[in-house]
Order: sequence, then C-alpha cells, then structure tokens
Amino acid sequence: MGTRAGSRLTQIVKKHEAAIVAEWIKEQLAAVKAADRISEADLREDCERFLSLFNAALQSGAGEDIAAAPWTETRDMLSGLSRARAKAGYKPAETAVFVLALKLPLFDRLRSEIGGDAQGLADEVWATTVVLDRLALFTTEVYQTGREEVILRQQQEMLELSTPVVQVWDNILALPLIGTLDSARTQVVMENLLQRIVETGAAIAIIDITGVPTVDTLVAQHLLKTVAAARLMGADCIISGIRPQIAQTIVHLGVELSTVVTKATLADAFIIALQKTGAAIGRSPKA
Amino acid sequence: MERIPILKMNEFLLVSIQVDMHDRLAMTLQDDLTDRIVRDRARGVLIDISSLEIVDSFIGRMIGNIAAMSRVLDAETVVVGMRPAVAITLVELGLSLPGVRTSLNVDKGMELLRASLRGSNGDGHRDARR
Repeated sequence: MGTRAGSRLTQIVKKHEAAIVAEWIKEQLAAVKAADRISEADLREDCERFLSLFNAALQSGAGEDIAAAPWTETRDMLSGLSRARAKAGYKPAETAVFVLALKLPLFDRLRSEIGGDAQGLADEVWATTVVLDRLALFTTEVYQTGREEVILRQQQEMLELSTPVVQVWDNILALPLIGTLDSARTQVVMENLLQRIVETGAAIAIIDITGVPTVDTLVAQHLLKTVAAARLMGADCIISGIRPQIAQTIVHLGVELSTVVTKATLADAFIIALQKTGAAIGRSPKA
Repeated sequence: MERIPILKMNEFLLVSIQVDMHDRLAMTLQDDLTDRIVRDRARGVLIDISSLEIVDSFIGRMIGNIAAMSRVLDAETVVVGMRPAVAITLVELGLSLPGVRTSLNVDKGMELLRASLRGSNGDGHRDARR
C-alpha cells in the first residue's frame, strides 16, 4: 500500500489545488486563536508552497517515510516554519495545526472524487492521515527544539549577565552577586573571579550578596568554596551586603562563616579593603 | 632520576615546579626540601606552582604537607601563582589548604615572606646570624 498511497491523492490535489488551499486557510484561521498575527497573504504563500512540495514528494513515490530523501524539501520548509512560529510565540498546537488543518479539505476532496469505492477511499484516507500525522509530529518536534534553544540561550545570557567582576580600586575587585546561587552559577562566578584576579593582580575581592534573595546551607557552601579558591590564588575575600534576615538564617542554620571577613555593607568592606592594601580615602580640606 | 631544583637566595629557598607533578616527584621534593631547610638554615620557602596544570588529591595534600613541614622547621612557606583551574579543583576536592599562605605571584610572595620575617625578627638577630 505504501507505494500506491497518494497516487490518486496527487491527482486530486493537482486538480483542486486552489479550492484546497482556500479551505485549508479557513480551517487554520479558525483554529489559531491569535489569527490576527498571521497575514493571510503570507499564509497563502506558505500553504501553496507546502502543497506543491507535498505533492512532489508524494509523486516521487516516497510514501509515508517522511525521513526519506524526497521529503527533504518539505521537511526543510516545515522546520523553517516551525522555528519562525516558535520564535513568534505560537503555541505548539497552533504550529501543528498548519499541517493538521489540511486533513479536512483533503478528505473532502477524496470523498467527493472516489466516494463510490469505499475500500479505495479508506486506503487513501489512511495513507493521507499517516503522512500528515507524521509531518505534524515533525513540526511539533522542531518547534520543541526551537523553544529549547531559546531557553538554553537565555540561560547562557543570564549566566553571563549576572556575574560581573568590577575593579573598584588598585588591587581591589568587587563582585556584586544578584539572584540565587546554584552550583552552575557558582562555577561561573568562581571562574570569572579567579580569572580577573589573575588579570588584575588583585589582592582583595569583595563579594557583595545584597542581591542574593536567600542564603541556605548550599549557597553558603558555594560562597565558602569561592572564598577558599580565591585564597588559594593569594587573594583575600570579604563578604558584604549581609541583610539582617540573612544573618539570622546563617546563624540558625549553623553555617560557619567565621573564617571569612564579613561586613554589613559594601562601603564597610571597601574601607577594610583599602586599609589592607595600604590606601586611604579622605575628604579634601575644601569640602 | 628527575628532580625539582631548589634554589637558595639569602635566607630563602625557592622552588619552582615547572613540570607536572607525579607522586614520586612530590615525595622526592618533600625529602629534598626538608633536607635543604635544615642544611641552609632557611627562614622562608617560596613554592611557585604557576606552571602546574594538573593536581589530584595526593599532590594537593603533598603541597599542604610540604608547607606544614617547612613551618615545623621554622621556615615561613608561601605558595604562589596557583592557576584558577587548579584552585577550583583543590576546593572541589575539599583541600582548601587551611595552613598554607598563598600569593598571586613571586613578587608578592617574596614581599609576604620578607614582611613576616621582619615581624618575627624585630630584635635584629637575623643580621647576627647571617
């Protein structure tokens, strides 16, 4: 059945192409809620292109195996469409409907053309369904990967964005941490900090945790690891920006921070750092 | 047999580890260094590990041990030039070398050694010994 499938379908599609496209578009617009986002002209172009590629693939006798070579162009076209829709914020169902909505007009045509031959009609309908379902699943798959890529990229950007290491004075670095510290972020923070210590030859690093919403034992452990690594490189660390609630949590959790210099504010930490590096800041007499 | 050279500079000993350490080499260094500290009556040891790229728990522990032994022999020890990757590895291995003094580079390490010697020998008996 595989090779025969679509033999009649291709003829029917050729014969009624315009009508099928019109009905198909109507189906799609009805199924997609945010129909105003789709321009009908673009959709028509996509549909016509898909239908011609679909027909060409069917004609080549590739049958239902959409991984086969004759389907390559159709697959490329669909994956382009899915990716574009994933980026534009379509839902997965709204993406798959592009293919699935084709079923109704196709079945209608099949019925009107070969309705007399029940056996033949069932065969054709089944073959068409199989192919279209596979193509629809394919769009969903591509849509999913597109979405995952977006998420991955965002995660990467967040990691890079959220861990700046700032040189505030000769030999003094500041590392304002914002957001929750998990293992992956700690790793990035640690690497950035150590790299900057090497580059700038800094003797003191101030880790400011004002922007860290919660400190649990794991976060504290990560902080201590960072401090220990910096110390191994020969730089002292000061932890600043400890809010009252955080101080309470740390003590309640029994986290041992006594090996590290801690200060309530970044300003206090900065003064200590200046003293340690032998620098001083004062007001000019005029002020 | 390959050995890590130990250089004497005034009352300091300088050790620069330029090859990847293996266990045997670390043991040899430990023997040689303790010998030399006693023989040269060294007051400070500077270990430069800026070329060391790979550490395991054994080498990490050896570095800590060597520093501790030098301290027992009354020589201030400072480990300088640890690479970021090595520092991260040691911390992940749970070896944060609590007793070891560290510095970013040789310059700062020497400064640290001199400062700590000045601190411990304010009475000038250092000059008499030399």
